Amino acid sequence: MKPRQKRFALVALGVAALAGAVTLVLTAFEDNMVFFFTPTQIATHEAPQDRTFRIGGMVEENSLERGADGTSVRFLVTDTAHRVAVTYTGALPDLFKEGKGVVAQGRLGADGVFAASEVLAKHDENYMPPEAAHALEQAKKAQATVVQ
Amino acid sequence: MSDSQLSATRAPSAGVSLFHYASPQTFFPLAGKLLWPSWIAAVALTLAGLYTGFFIAPTDATQGDSYRIIFIHVPAAWMSMVVYLAMAFWCAVGLVFNTRLSFMMSSALAPTGALWAFVALWTGALWGKPTWGTYWAWDARMTSELILFFLYCGYMALQAAIDDPRRADRAGALIAIVGAVNVPIIYFSVKWWNTLHQGASVSLTQSPSMASTMLTGMLLMALAAWAYTIAVALMRVRAIMIERERQTDWVRQLATGETKA
Amino acid sequence: MNWESASDFWHMGGYGFYVWGSYAVTAVLLAFEVWAVARRGRLARVRVARDVAVERMDERRREPT
Repeated sequence: MKPRQKRFALVALGVAALAGAVTLVLTAFEDNMVFFFTPTQIATHEAPQDRTFRIGGMVEENSLERGADGTSVRFLVTDTAHRVAVTYTGALPDLFKEGKGVVAQGRLGADGVFAASEVLAKHDENYMPPEAAHALEQAKKAQATVVQ
Repeated sequence: MSDSQLSATRAPSAGVSLFHYASPQTFFPLAGKLLWPSWIAAVALTLAGLYTGFFIAPTDATQGDSYRIIFIHVPAAWMSMVVYLAMAFWCAVGLVFNTRLSFMMSSALAPTGALWAFVALWTGALWGKPTWGTYWAWDARMTSELILFFLYCGYMALQAAIDDPRRADRAGALIAIVGAVNVPIIYFSVKWWNTLHQGASVSLTQSPSMASTMLTGMLLMALAAWAYTIAVALMRVRAIMIERERQTDWVRQLATGETKA
Repeated sequence: MNWESASDFWHMGGYGFYVWGSYAVTAVLLAFEVWAVARRGRLARVRVARDVAVERMDERRREPT
């Protein structure tokens, strides 16, 4: 190949590769733009029925049950409007906690229970020292008693 | 060719100081003067930021000490976006005004921008594993940052593949400018879609949701990243000027030590 | 002060691998970039100086002695 042809081939290859990459990524993006579905979306049948997807929300307080085998767990995911029961067997991430955010991948069974194959913890954008977090909790509790 | 260029750059520049520095010949020594202050600022700010981040900022209530990755992750992610916008800006200026220096600026910025994008992805993976439970997920924030990294690589590969610098500049400018739409997508992805990635801790519209010492450490590191980027881009743009203008008298005099800069 | 001892510092509350893995790779990449850019500038100057020297030799040879 002459240098000019070689150069042209290189450019064409580069542009084609770039176009291919962009198309691939965009089509993948189209399907997965929504990283997870909320319990409300599941309740209104917006979530896919026949394939795996992710569910996201808050682990409801006092809903975590540990199985007798020690590795299987069951908990409720809530977005305050709707709730979905989730089962999972395996190690949970460090930040998995009741009252905190969670994203679980899996399939919704016919029994309405979401069988998760992977559980991720979703944390918020607040960063504070433990004392501040403790003070905040106390203030919340105090407020709750005042309201009652 | 070099004669006409030289006479053009030597045109009297009284009052038009901005355009005065638009010629490589006059910008070269200016960039050289800015180098040391930038390096000193980068080193000083990094030391101050690391000290604040590791010895003054407390442990985080939910994430423990893993959150200390934020002191590089967020500045790197910010810089990866800022540098891309700067690159696209210089490409646009180059296309409109046909100035040689603006294309050299965008070429000089690209590798550093790619580096920041890579660092943001790398530190994000190492932060995601202990907190979320995974190194990587195809969430909108992470995927769009990965695309940014690919855009930088595409820009550099395209420029390297075309020998004629003028055509390489124009082809690269196309990627840089078209790809700039990705930057707001990265920034707003956590608002527009459900993502695993949390929302912004620092934004223009809300007070930051971080303890003040943590925020100070992060902002110091962000300023350090700015200073580093300016320093290394100035250094690279000086190298690019010599490479591209090697036929001109001013570069030949510079290289043989007949002028100092 | 956050740390009781040096080993406490390196341990980083159990997240040492992730925290130091992030900082170390970033430091290495930045150091490499600075080295590569300095080298590029130096080589560019040397190349021009070499070309000029060769040209001047050629000119001298062409001059009638």
